[in-house]
Amino acid sequence: MSNATDTHYNYKVVRQFAVMTVIWGIVGMTVGLLIAAQLVWPELNFEPYLTFGRLRPLHTNAVIFAFGGSALFATSYYVVQRTCQARLLSDTLAAFTFWGWNLVIVLAAITLPLGMTSSKEYAELEWPIDILIAVVWVTYAIVFFGTIMKRKTSHIYVANWFYGAFIVTVAVLHIVNNMEIPVTLFKSYSAYSGAMDATIQWWYGHNAVGFFLTAGFLGIMYYFVPKQAERPVYSYRLSIVHFWALVAIYIWAGPHHLHYTALPDWAQSLGMVMSLILLAPSWGGMINGVMTLSGAWHKLRTDPILRFLVVSLSFYGMSTFEGPMMAIKTVNALSHYTDWTIGHVHSGALGWVAMVSIGALYHLIPKVFGRDGMYSTSLINTHFWLATIGTVLYIVALWVNGITQGLMWQAVNVDGTLQYSFIESVEASMPGYVVRLIGGGFFVIGMFVMLYNVWQTIRASEPEKSEAAAAMA
Amino acid sequence: MSDFWSAWVLVLTLGCLAFISFVLFSTWKVQRKKATEETVGHEFDGITEYDNPMPMWWIGLFLGTMIFSAVYLVLYPGIWPGKFDGILGWTSRGELKADQEKHARQYQPLFDQYAAKSIEELQSNPKALSMGKRIFLNNCALCHGSDAGGTFGFPQLNDHDWLWGGSAADIEATVLNGRNGQMPAWGPVLGEKGVRNVASYVRDLSGLTVNASEEDLAAGKAAYATTCAVCHGADASGNKLFGAPNLTDNIWLYGNSQTQVEYTIRKGRNGVMPAWKDILGPQKVHLVSAYVYSLSDKDKATQ
Repeated sequence: MSNATDTHYNYKVVRQFAVMTVIWGIVGMTVGLLIAAQLVWPELNFEPYLTFGRLRPLHTNAVIFAFGGSALFATSYYVVQRTCQARLLSDTLAAFTFWGWNLVIVLAAITLPLGMTSSKEYAELEWPIDILIAVVWVTYAIVFFGTIMKRKTSHIYVANWFYGAFIVTVAVLHIVNNMEIPVTLFKSYSAYSGAMDATIQWWYGHNAVGFFLTAGFLGIMYYFVPKQAERPVYSYRLSIVHFWALVAIYIWAGPHHLHYTALPDWAQSLGMVMSLILLAPSWGGMINGVMTLSGAWHKLRTDPILRFLVVSLSFYGMSTFEGPMMAIKTVNALSHYTDWTIGHVHSGALGWVAMVSIGALYHLIPKVFGRDGMYSTSLINTHFWLATIGTVLYIVALWVNGITQGLMWQAVNVDGTLQYSFIESVEASMPGYVVRLIGGGFFVIGMFVMLYNVWQTIRASEPEKSEAAAAMA
Repeated sequence: MSDFWSAWVLVLTLGCLAFISFVLFSTWKVQRKKATEETVGHEFDGITEYDNPMPMWWIGLFLGTMIFSAVYLVLYPGIWPGKFDGILGWTSRGELKADQEKHARQYQPLFDQYAAKSIEELQSNPKALSMGKRIFLNNCALCHGSDAGGTFGFPQLNDHDWLWGGSAADIEATVLNGRNGQMPAWGPVLGEKGVRNVASYVRDLSGLTVNASEEDLAAGKAAYATTCAVCHGADASGNKLFGAPNLTDNIWLYGNSQTQVEYTIRKGRNGVMPAWKDILGPQKVHLVSAYVYSLSDKDKATQ
């Protein structure tokens, strides 16, 4: 829209990604709801395209890369421009990342139900799509770091350190883990084998969590929390130390996904201790966020956006405590392969990643569409309660399920045989699956409330005001 | 592991820990001692940053996890693979072996007691059968079903029909050593029409309704006699030596529809029962075989 490239920020790509965040969030979470329902009613598996095995990777890819990815693109493009006081390096390249990323998502939504998969968790997409992702991602890096280079400020703001680390590391992780040998257009095999393949897969898998879902979203936190609270960041010193410690340690933690496997003992030990050391660096972000709010607590009474942000930090703190605990081998012996792991992931995914993104979007959307605020504050509040209750129901249900399963699988009879067969632990999990479905339902309903609120906000926006909003101060 | 890779792990681990310690201690040294309202002077889009110190309890937590880790890496293998594997001498293989030995000491006498009895004798021992059932539920039920009712490609075990023989000795041999039921792919030999005719013929043998002319059935019968009878027998009653199923009893491992039977003939089938000798050990195999034998409809099986 804006041709005044020296006086205006590029808000067009921010608006595009922001709207797609809401839409892909609804798509990805609705697929999640369907597969949660399939665990309660297996009849809902419609062969062959709509079975749990094919839809589960569609759900994870959609919520992580489509919803989470769009939130990261939208906020990082917004934050890097505003904190560097510079327009994005190139409008053409930024537009390419938007259309390229959405093409990746559409291709994923087609190929995964068709059963095309490289069968690596969170990296299921086949090789032609992997190449497209790499091209889009390198373009993203060029736009982001190019904008940093153009900055008019002397320093680089902490949010951009986290975004930068996320962009660089995800590029490396994606390219290394997806080294594969194509046999046809739709099928390839990993270039690695055996325990080596597993190690690289979980080096990738855990750092998809560490850099995509943590470092990137800490970037969101470091801009939108002080902005929404209108308070200075609590401690610059803390942000330096926890940033470097977080990026240095996270990359080691992958082997805790492979405890008690063919992975050598020494690698399991290192994975465990590095995961434990990760506790303090992770909490550094929570402390800085929550302490930034101190002195602004009264705003929580009237500002549901701030509530989203502070609750997201609470869930972040909780799941980054739970993670190191689950990485301890003794605890892992109970928790591994149970629903506890899925509950843990969702306390991070729903409680932290989704809530901080939702809070950031409610702050950002009116700004980039030239409105004073969202259409309805009370609908934001409704969304807040739906999301919070949904997350709590989800996590508690899977804690109960996970511990039940872990104990049942370990129970032995007096003759040394296992006390329960696997199917008995599945039967015992049914109540938890129902509660999880209800919790997920709350969360998805909240997303529809958001869609309505966003739609009403955008509908009433005027092009001239959107244009004016993009003006550099 | 070669000296190089072993040293690589050591250097990277120590380097990483040294780096974060350096960042922590160098910041700790220069930071303010008390909370402040002063900022560090930067401003980004209206956001400033306080020059507050890192909370002491957080530094304590950080150091605590690092000290725990240092101790752990002294006790257990980790930091210098192959050169220094921890002063406790712990390995996962060693722990498994110790657990297995303890398990054997504790439970072996119980299993020895039943191993000495024949499967036929064990039929009247409810305790032995319930132990066999638990072994079945945790190892066999995944394929054969909790009720031993079988499913597509995995035989039903609580009826009278046995691919490889239903005597106690046959069942125990099947579980111990596994079986591999191979049906070759006859599509290239018989041709599409031949496959269809043979499928119609064998389905007709089981009393199923077939949509085929008399000539087709006759052609199917002729093809059967030259191609299939070698394994399945001239009267199609099967051969337990090869695990070749009886084709006259309307019990179908891979489905009884015309499409499924044609597929079986055209592409062949390869059914694998794993050998459980090394996984469960002969004594647990003995007990689970006794349980499976108890499920069988023995009166009908001997007919």
